[in-house]
Amino acid sequence: MTATAGKLRFGIVVFPGSNCEADTWHAIHDEMDAPVEYVWHEETNLDGYDCVILPGGFSYGDYLRTGAVARFSPVMGAVQEFAAKGGLVLGICNGFQILLEAGLLPGAMLRNAGQKFVCRYLHVRVETTDTPFTREMTKGAVLRIPIAHGEGNYYADPDMLAEMKEHDQIVFRYCTAEGESTPEANPNGSLDNIAGVCNRDRNVLGMMPHPERCTDPILGSADGRLVWESLLEVSRGDS
Amino acid sequence: MATARVIITLKKTIMDAQGQTVEKALHNLGYTGVSNLRIGKYVEMTVEGRDQERVEEMCRKLLANPIIEDFRIELEE
Repeated sequence: MTATAGKLRFGIVVFPGSNCEADTWHAIHDEMDAPVEYVWHEETNLDGYDCVILPGGFSYGDYLRTGAVARFSPVMGAVQEFAAKGGLVLGICNGFQILLEAGLLPGAMLRNAGQKFVCRYLHVRVETTDTPFTREMTKGAVLRIPIAHGEGNYYADPDMLAEMKEHDQIVFRYCTAEGESTPEANPNGSLDNIAGVCNRDRNVLGMMPHPERCTDPILGSADGRLVWESLLEVSRGDS
Repeated sequence: MATARVIITLKKTIMDAQGQTVEKALHNLGYTGVSNLRIGKYVEMTVEGRDQERVEEMCRKLLANPIIEDFRIELEE
């Protein structure tokens, strides 16, 4: 891990069509009091950042497939290198879709099984705390967190899924308020109720729910703070 | 100059919710004997030279996602 004294330095990549970068900035800068900068998608140098975030939105209008065009943005070459060197990469919603298209995470997104854009609070269960993004959580804990997407129907072929399970790469699953992963608790038809996955090296996480939108009880929930608190724990010196 | 036509469909193993909904709508309209309706994408472009391999490469890199989609190419002068 890139454990350093002081706080993690965050970079939020802004693509044409991103629309959650300001919320993400608010969560990191105002709520967590951590250093953060925007990174325009034409940037090719990510030196100086410890954690790069691909925010939600509709990069390149979601043309062709979600994330399919953004994945070839100039910055994505740098994100690939950054991730390969162990840098922390968090893709939220559209950012998750971009990471899938880029091959930084296994699987692909299909249109929601119900064909509708779904924007609401729901529950996810924490499946692993063995990531820099979830280390401050409790395994099996239920988070109340919002989603807002039309293509969040996660798919992986059976071999991929088996490999992900073997390596503990499923990070969040949609569940009921009581923590059960039922078909009714699945908002989009995702395989195995999957809401978030990480790579094998555990430094890249993609998640459909928005942890930047629930950092204060006044917003309906403060459970999203746990993601940012986990990340900031990384910088408190343990590796 | 050649015209390349690319037809991209979801793999047969993947449930096509949109296709199922449209198929049901056709049934509701009274069209019986309609099944296996699949919805895909159609891409048409003018390319220099009749280079099948190059168009296939475009499909693998960008036009289709091999995890979820199949593609078919038609090339004509």
